[in-house]
Amino acid sequence: MQQFPKEMFQPASVDLSEAEKISKPSLSFWKDVSIRFRKNKLAMFGLILLVLLVFMAIFGPHMTKYDYSTNDLMNTNKPPSAEHWFGTDDLGRDIFTRTWYGARISLFIGLAAALIDLFIGVLWGGIAGFRGGKTDDIMMRIADILWAVPYLLLVILLMVVLGQGLGTMILAMTITGWINMARIVRGQVLQLKSQEYVLAAQTLGASTSRIMFKHLIPNAMGPILVTLTLSIPSAIFTEAFLSYLGLGVPQPLASWGTMASEGVQALQYYPWRLFFPATFICLTIFAFNVVGDGLRDALDPRLRK
Amino acid sequence: MKKRLSLLFSLMLVLSVFLAACGGFNKKESAGEKAGGEKKADVPQELRVNINTEPFSLHPGLANDSTSGTVLRQTFEGLTVIKNGKPKLAAAESYDVSDDLTTYTFKLRDAKWTNGDPVTAQDFEYAWKWALDPKNQSQYAYQLYYIKNGQAFNEGKAKAEDVGVKALDEKTLQVTLENPTPYFLELTAFYTYYPVNSKIAQKNPNWYKNAGPDYTSNGPFKMVTWEHNNKIVLEKNETYWDAKNVKLTKISMSMVNDPNTELSMFNNGELDWAGSPTGYLPTDALPQLKQEGKLHVQPIAGTYWLKFNTEKAPFNNVNIRKALTYAIDRKAIVENITKGEQVPAMAAVPPTMFPENKEGYFKDNDVEKAKEYLKKGLEELGLKDVKQLPPITYSFNTNEAHAKIAQAIQDMWKKNLGIEVKLENAEWNVYIDKLHSGDYQVGRMGWLGDFNDPINFLELFRDKKGGNNDTNWENPKYKQLLIDSQKEKDPEKRKQMLKDAETILMDELPVAPIYFYTNTWVQKDNLKGVEVSGLGDVQFKWAYFE
Amino acid sequence: MLRYISRRLLSILLSLFLIITATFFLMRAAPGGPFSGEKKLPPEIEKNLNEYYGLDRPWYNQYFDYLVSIAKWDFGPSFKYKGQTVNDLINDGFPVSFFLGMESLLLAVSLGILLGVIAALNHNKWQDYGAMIFAVLGISVPSFIMASLLQYVLAIKLGLFPVARWESLQHTVLPALALAATPMAFIARLTRSSMLEVLSNDYIRTAKAKGLSKGQITVKHAIRNALLPVVTYLGPLSAAVLTGSFVIEKIFGIPGLGSQFVLSISNRDYTTIMGVTVFYSILLLFSVLLVDIAYGLIDPRIKLAGGKKGE
Repeated sequence: MQQFPKEMFQPASVDLSEAEKISKPSLSFWKDVSIRFRKNKLAMFGLILLVLLVFMAIFGPHMTKYDYSTNDLMNTNKPPSAEHWFGTDDLGRDIFTRTWYGARISLFIGLAAALIDLFIGVLWGGIAGFRGGKTDDIMMRIADILWAVPYLLLVILLMVVLGQGLGTMILAMTITGWINMARIVRGQVLQLKSQEYVLAAQTLGASTSRIMFKHLIPNAMGPILVTLTLSIPSAIFTEAFLSYLGLGVPQPLASWGTMASEGVQALQYYPWRLFFPATFICLTIFAFNVVGDGLRDALDPRLRK
Repeated sequence: MKKRLSLLFSLMLVLSVFLAACGGFNKKESAGEKAGGEKKADVPQELRVNINTEPFSLHPGLANDSTSGTVLRQTFEGLTVIKNGKPKLAAAESYDVSDDLTTYTFKLRDAKWTNGDPVTAQDFEYAWKWALDPKNQSQYAYQLYYIKNGQAFNEGKAKAEDVGVKALDEKTLQVTLENPTPYFLELTAFYTYYPVNSKIAQKNPNWYKNAGPDYTSNGPFKMVTWEHNNKIVLEKNETYWDAKNVKLTKISMSMVNDPNTELSMFNNGELDWAGSPTGYLPTDALPQLKQEGKLHVQPIAGTYWLKFNTEKAPFNNVNIRKALTYAIDRKAIVENITKGEQVPAMAAVPPTMFPENKEGYFKDNDVEKAKEYLKKGLEELGLKDVKQLPPITYSFNTNEAHAKIAQAIQDMWKKNLGIEVKLENAEWNVYIDKLHSGDYQVGRMGWLGDFNDPINFLELFRDKKGGNNDTNWENPKYKQLLIDSQKEKDPEKRKQMLKDAETILMDELPVAPIYFYTNTWVQKDNLKGVEVSGLGDVQFKWAYFE
Repeated sequence: MLRYISRRLLSILLSLFLIITATFFLMRAAPGGPFSGEKKLPPEIEKNLNEYYGLDRPWYNQYFDYLVSIAKWDFGPSFKYKGQTVNDLINDGFPVSFFLGMESLLLAVSLGILLGVIAALNHNKWQDYGAMIFAVLGISVPSFIMASLLQYVLAIKLGLFPVARWESLQHTVLPALALAATPMAFIARLTRSSMLEVLSNDYIRTAKAKGLSKGQITVKHAIRNALLPVVTYLGPLSAAVLTGSFVIEKIFGIPGLGSQFVLSISNRDYTTIMGVTVFYSILLLFSVLLVDIAYGLIDPRIKLAGGKKGE
């Protein structure tokens, strides 16, 4: 067995500052999120799609010489051509122009409704779930009651009182739309609040609002975001459904919902009248979904590698 | 995992308790057709049509909608029936009219109810008085107001005995009228005038609510199945007096309330008839159907018009109303929007009643004249140009077709006259409320005749507060002409009076007529003999498959 | 548990009362009445009708009468269909909607969970993308387009199914599919996202470390915990699906309660609106209660015992 003389050994230089050095670059939470989001190809694709849709919603209506509402009864139901890129509808209006004009309205309705839903839903569900007991009972019963009152009755009444219009539409959308969000948030909060770190925070004397906004809501962000990305399409859907019942945005305004519900009647004869609005509804919803998924994954601290 | 499953099941279980609580589940599935074996050699004489919705009621005295009418017209029979546009004797064998045209005496033919009871004059008397009796809440009782004291009895101001209908014996019915009514024989073909089996009805006041042994009728078909909101099945009535001329053995009426589905079912061979008068065709399908030569079109007695609220500025000015009326291109509307070969209307009474009204009282799309009238109107109102007109709102009830027409007219007024109009739509109930209460400026409305006489259309505007006037327009000369026409015995003179009245109406224009309605439908090629009347009613008695 | 349930039942009763009250006044606030037809009725006839149906009496009389008759489960006669009571309409229409809803619920839940679990277990692999694209298609097509497309392709073009009506099991396939598409996609996405979350938890890692097989982990630990959001969704979903869809019922000509209800609102068929609302509310309120109970059963961390909790 070989002998190693003591001289062969040297004390390693222990540099305390080295030991504390972080090899991974320091990142703020949001920087980290954005890096991870950008790595997600599908989500990026969705984001680009959304940007494109918004771009077209802004500039699309100006790309043609047509106006969204001017009739041309000599040129009704023309298939797509060089003159009319997406064809014309049954009043001879240019579908390309109307599609992008409709995009503005549909996207606006969807976004506005979803944000209002988010705001009310998180507040309502968060408080109900966290406070529990009587408060929870009362708050959730109120939601149940609103949920159970015939929706159409509410909408019709709203339309009569406020007149048919964009504002009424958004109100009609949110009047029961937030309930779903509130239920999801409450469910999450119920589940999370009995976890150790919340107990710990409570023991340390954290205030209710601090626990809510620092601990509970961020940890429930995944389901909240998923619900949010779903509530934009659901608002666009509700708009389409109301249009189908004739309670949509007033004529001659265009929204994807009104265009699709009119187009569906012509499915067998002039399919392009359905195809374009329906395709863009699908694309938009697809985009919101993959972006939502990407965000969820990126925001979730547990998925950090 | 187990818990999850048991959860799902318990959820279903609890829900199925609800189900059990509210009645059986089997009804809808198992009670299907029992028709069974189709005759292979012969063409099966079974007709399948769609009637859109559940009828309001299949009691002739209670029915008040075209769906109920469609069913009742096959199962019941009145004193007369409309064939080739003219009333023909049906349950009556002969009739006499008094010289003053106010008393009709009908002799009934020997006929039987589906349960074998004879059809008697008492059945008619019973049915008419029943419908007029205020305690029975018939919404169409006013169809019987032509009968002496009918209205008074219905309003509780007279007794049942005072009503001018009397069974002199089993087979003789005497009817006394309030006024001479030149079109009374048309009326007796209407369903409110159908008889009811008084023996059954007195025994079982609920006889009309479902199909069954107590649902007796006297028409060419009898109802064998009535699944509410789903379907009605009629079969040939063997006890019918003219049964030998009824070739169809069965009529299935489904209730699908979607025009596209209806047409698809027809194309798929699930229906033998799609479209009017029982259902609707989707407008977008019309050009293609026309091109393929499949589309059947028939003008009917109905007018689509815009009502002006003549008490609201600027419609209190007749020249403004004229300008707006003349500046509409009706031909463009019927050719490009409604597409059902509707007739541009420049008159109030449909050409099915006044054939010369195909031409009308003014020129369609007369922009020059319209501009002149506009100028005149503005001057009278003391305005310098169109921009100073008060804001105008065009109202319509929520419906795709109405919306299209509204947008087209909006566009025409803008292009032709420079008048900007706002569109406003409301759900039907809200809309009709506004219209009837005068809370509108311009609004669309359609009017379909109940019976084949111009008075149907003209009497709407007789009284300012007449329930369906809505325009607040009234004209003493017009009113007098209508009142006089009611007493006129000579049909030619009477017609002239009505024409004169219409001339006044079309000069003052409280309404701007747009088009006359048509019925459009597709049918199996080998289906023959279906009788669609000028009022848009359908009679399947003479129908058969070749 | 018993105390909790009886307390909840009481609150359901209270909710029901509030719903009835709110609906009653909303309904009366809406303009138009049940007798607004194309042709205006003579005023005498209208007056007579209003008297008969009690619409001429002061609102509080009508309101209390409604409450009493609802308590007796008697919803009164329909205004729209003479000779039928609202109870008849519900008894005829609900079983149809229920059957259709059940069929599509089964489709939606089984396919949805399957898709979601597959996607989560193969996170970011082709199975994941495939399942999610399928699911996204399901959510991104509005039901009236989905129904029309299914009808057009499967019934009209391919002739596989009848176009419409409610006659045999074959007739139910297309509407059930159309009805299931959206909830299925929702369930798939919810399952996937909560599965992913659960799979990153410590106890899964522990289970892996203990050497449990992947299948055991998935079934015993992951799915059970991942289903919470799905269960939350299932309550309102089942109530919504089972009560019938206006669009589907209209397009496929199905005599269900969903289309009946929407029509009753536009017809101002007061008694039908009230009756169906009460009926639906009971369904809804109970489904919410069931979900809450289910929560407690699935996740032992949530205590139902109620009252003062949260130590």
